[in-house]
Amino acid sequence: MAQRIDLKDLNVYYGSFLAVADVSMTIEPRSVTAFIGPSGCGKSTLLRTLNRMHEVIPGARVGGTVEMDGVDLYGSDVDAVAVRRQIGMVFQRPNPFPTMSIAENVLAGVRLNNSRIGKDEASELVERSLQGANLWNEVKDRLDRPGSSLSGGQQQRLCIARAIAVKPQVLLMDEPCSALDPISTLAIEDLIADLRSEYTIVIVTHNMQQAARVSDRTGFFNIAGTGKPGKLIEMDDTRTMFSTPSEQATEDYISGRFG
Amino acid sequence: MTTTPTQPRAARRPTTRDLLTRADPRRRWTDRIMHVVITSAFLVALVPLVSVIWTVVSNGVVRMSPYFLSVSMRGVYGGIDAGGIYHAILGTLLITGLATLISVPVGLMTAIYLVEYGRGPLARAVTFFVDVMTGIPSIVAGLFAYSLFALFLGPGVRLGAVGSVALSVLMIPVVVRSSEEMLRLVPNELREASYALGVPKWLTIIKVVLRTSVAGIITGVMLSVARVIGETAPLLIVAGVIDSINTNLFEGRMMTLPVYVFRQYSQGLVPCSPEAVDCIATINYDRAWGAALALIVIVMLLNLVARLIARYFAPKTGH
Repeated sequence: MAQRIDLKDLNVYYGSFLAVADVSMTIEPRSVTAFIGPSGCGKSTLLRTLNRMHEVIPGARVGGTVEMDGVDLYGSDVDAVAVRRQIGMVFQRPNPFPTMSIAENVLAGVRLNNSRIGKDEASELVERSLQGANLWNEVKDRLDRPGSSLSGGQQQRLCIARAIAVKPQVLLMDEPCSALDPISTLAIEDLIADLRSEYTIVIVTHNMQQAARVSDRTGFFNIAGTGKPGKLIEMDDTRTMFSTPSEQATEDYISGRFG
Repeated sequence: MTTTPTQPRAARRPTTRDLLTRADPRRRWTDRIMHVVITSAFLVALVPLVSVIWTVVSNGVVRMSPYFLSVSMRGVYGGIDAGGIYHAILGTLLITGLATLISVPVGLMTAIYLVEYGRGPLARAVTFFVDVMTGIPSIVAGLFAYSLFALFLGPGVRLGAVGSVALSVLMIPVVVRSSEEMLRLVPNELREASYALGVPKWLTIIKVVLRTSVAGIITGVMLSVARVIGETAPLLIVAGVIDSINTNLFEGRMMTLPVYVFRQYSQGLVPCSPEAVDCIATINYDRAWGAALALIVIVMLLNLVARLIARYFAPKTGH
């Protein structure tokens, strides 16, 4: 079910501003790919182009191709909504729907799409998704409480449960731990390790230890200066990237010599 | 050495106590004065409000009774101790209700267009004309509705429904403005969360954006209802004056509470002959105050209901 994603000569624009230039890479299925790099280098922007969330910003557009299993996600006959059902996303700040309970949040992807779902089927989906997100034991007695009553780390795991409830093939995570304390971060990292066997995961992170801990492959992005486009400097196995990177810039960034 | 006030300040290092208690006395005085000014401004603003409510209640209870609320003015003449506002209450509720039915879909969809879809010159033009509409005098709205219906139904047309159209001209800009504010308050993160689950834009708007902001939208609609329920001038032109009950918005004249108040008040004192036993000289004024009280109570009740609905729909906060 997990698919590989190929990016070819991808250019990402906000209006006339080129935010990310000439990215070509392959994201392997059933693995964790981490994007690292300094702030403003276009990691999150690139991540959002992978499920066509980039284009919800007025004036934003994309050149080049993003292919999932050989199908260009930006092809003229491709439906952006269908793309997002296959490629789920978890955001930097936990964003459970404030009007919904914990269970309703998990079912949001089904219910918001007006799909009919039986009661037994729904409770089974809630349990399976929450267990998948390592949250079931903490919330099983209060599924009808509002999602916003949870702690930040729990809310983020609720958002992951919500994302995997629609059974995507790929899961994108945009700095999922940056608003969380170390214990919640550990819970999310454990979760990523569990999810790797079923999903293709792409994670943007500012935390290099985190990239080293959770990812199989790492891409390093950098920016030449303010107003210049971000570029993919190099991409390799995480172990290689953190021990013997081939670019000087990568080594400088990883060892903390600039940034 | 003990410090004395006569010692020059620059000559010594101020103690911690001085730093923490004597700093910036001017700001603290300004703060106190502004407190007094703001509180008095609030009290001054409260005076007319309390005075209006007091006057309306004390004058209005004179004739207020179940009888007054349940009969029309049919067959009532002179100073006889009879007559009520049932027909006017019905008219006000029906006309305002239809006006709300027209205004809320139009206004809400305009607001959705402006917030979720509108870009460029068209959106700016819509915003501009909504602002212009906000300033339309109510009598102009009445004349507009009259001339619109006179095109189809001939001159002299008077219907409850025409009154509703006139009121919606006044209501729509208020609904647009307040709903627009509420829709803009919905965090973009929630829209993105919904899109990322593969939910199409229209369902995101209905089930996330509107659902999250519905409490505020209801409050805005209530404010717009309160804005038009007391309108007199346009209804005087297009809904007219009548003494009996009419529940058909599409046929015949229809009485409303503000027009009733105006009508009763303009009839003035009744010249009672000394031998008439059941003649009340001030009956018209009493009825006018009674109707005014009923109008205020209706607005308050509607507000109460709206608040309860809004509380039911409001986003749940934690714990």
